Amino acid sequence: MDTIHACFKEKIGEVLLPGDVFSFSFPESGDGTIKTEKIICGPGLRRNGEEVKVCKSGILRHKQPNMYWIDSQQRRYVPAKGESVIGIVTTKAGDVFKVDVGGSEQASLSYLAFEGATKRNRPNVQVGDLVYGQFTIANKDMEPELVCIDSCGRANGMGVFGADGLLFKVSLGLVRRLLAPQSEIVKDLEKIFPFELVVGMNGRVWVKAKTVQQTLIVTNLLETCENMTSQQRQTLFKKVAAGFF
Amino acid sequence: MAKDGVAKLSKNVLRMKFMQRGLDADVKKQLDEEEKRIISDEHWFLDLPELKAKENHIIEERSYVPCEDLVYGRMSFKGFNPEVEKLMLLMNTHKEEEDEDEDGNFGKMETDITDEEMARRYESLVESMRNKFAKKRNRSAVTKSEEDVNCNVVDNQPKKAFLKPQD
Repeated sequence: MDTIHACFKEKIGEVLLPGDVFSFSFPESGDGTIKTEKIICGPGLRRNGEEVKVCKSGILRHKQPNMYWIDSQQRRYVPAKGESVIGIVTTKAGDVFKVDVGGSEQASLSYLAFEGATKRNRPNVQVGDLVYGQFTIANKDMEPELVCIDSCGRANGMGVFGADGLLFKVSLGLVRRLLAPQSEIVKDLEKIFPFELVVGMNGRVWVKAKTVQQTLIVTNLLETCENMTSQQRQTLFKKVAAGFF
Repeated sequence: MAKDGVAKLSKNVLRMKFMQRGLDADVKKQLDEEEKRIISDEHWFLDLPELKAKENHIIEERSYVPCEDLVYGRMSFKGFNPEVEKLMLLMNTHKEEEDEDEDGNFGKMETDITDEEMARRYESLVESMRNKFAKKRNRSAVTKSEEDVNCNVVDNQPKKAFLKPQD
């Protein structure tokens, strides 16, 4: 196992290009006493037999104990299972809603996949509504499927939302920065004024504040802080907070 | 019926249970083996060497969520939407609990409603159940004594029971 981790370790934090290969030979599993650990390849890394190939350009990151992935930038979203996204309902086709999630295909959302929905008690979803849901099926071979309940049948905040507010699109990298556990952007933002925020992993962000002006301010701040360093961002936020009061 | 010198019974008849009671153990065994051979000859199987399922040491993960420990997507700040703030606490401590499972963190349990609300709800529940099962005559008495704030009501009428005629 050390050889495997050593192969990766020397490249952590370095920029890798598609086509780079990590290859190592695993010990023969004829000896049952050797317990081999599993390595988890995150997004950007692909398994190719016994090798791991890089398929996106970016920086290699590592998380204990055995997770590696490539940190890259893109704007186009590719559905992945388990991710929560914001979708826009486009059509109603019998028992199923077609939802636009920004991927190559529209996702389908069954009307029974809402909390407390039965065949007689249909959810109140109209064309053009915003839904926050999770993918249950999302691979390259099938049409993605969304649900708005979890495995216990509770909604947990998913479902139709957004009576007011503004929906806009950002890059996926910014979304990940916003959703990081100790996100600085969020910490700086919440000091300015009260507002509500829904972030979908597909790059869509919905904001609602008390007045239209506040909503627009938050939108502009989020869109601009994509390309700023943290210092520039903090000065900008301070200016806004000062100018606001 | 044309009678042969020896009655010729078919193989299937001979294989029946009642015909085999008189046979020896050896003969029985032979017959069993023959049957098994016939049956196994009829089974189809692949003439391939045994393939072991390869244990995969490398797992592919397509989503960023477990990699970077991303938090719940709905957020509300400074009390703009209290339900969302409750949800934030719920979902984010869920995630932390998964990480800290080994610590044996037996703190206060997560509650959806506070303890006071629970106590109040329970009180009114006990009341309504009592009302429901009280006899019709007692029902008015029970409700009256509850409405009276000072609880000055003395239990007035003796319970109405059957009086046996004294004859």
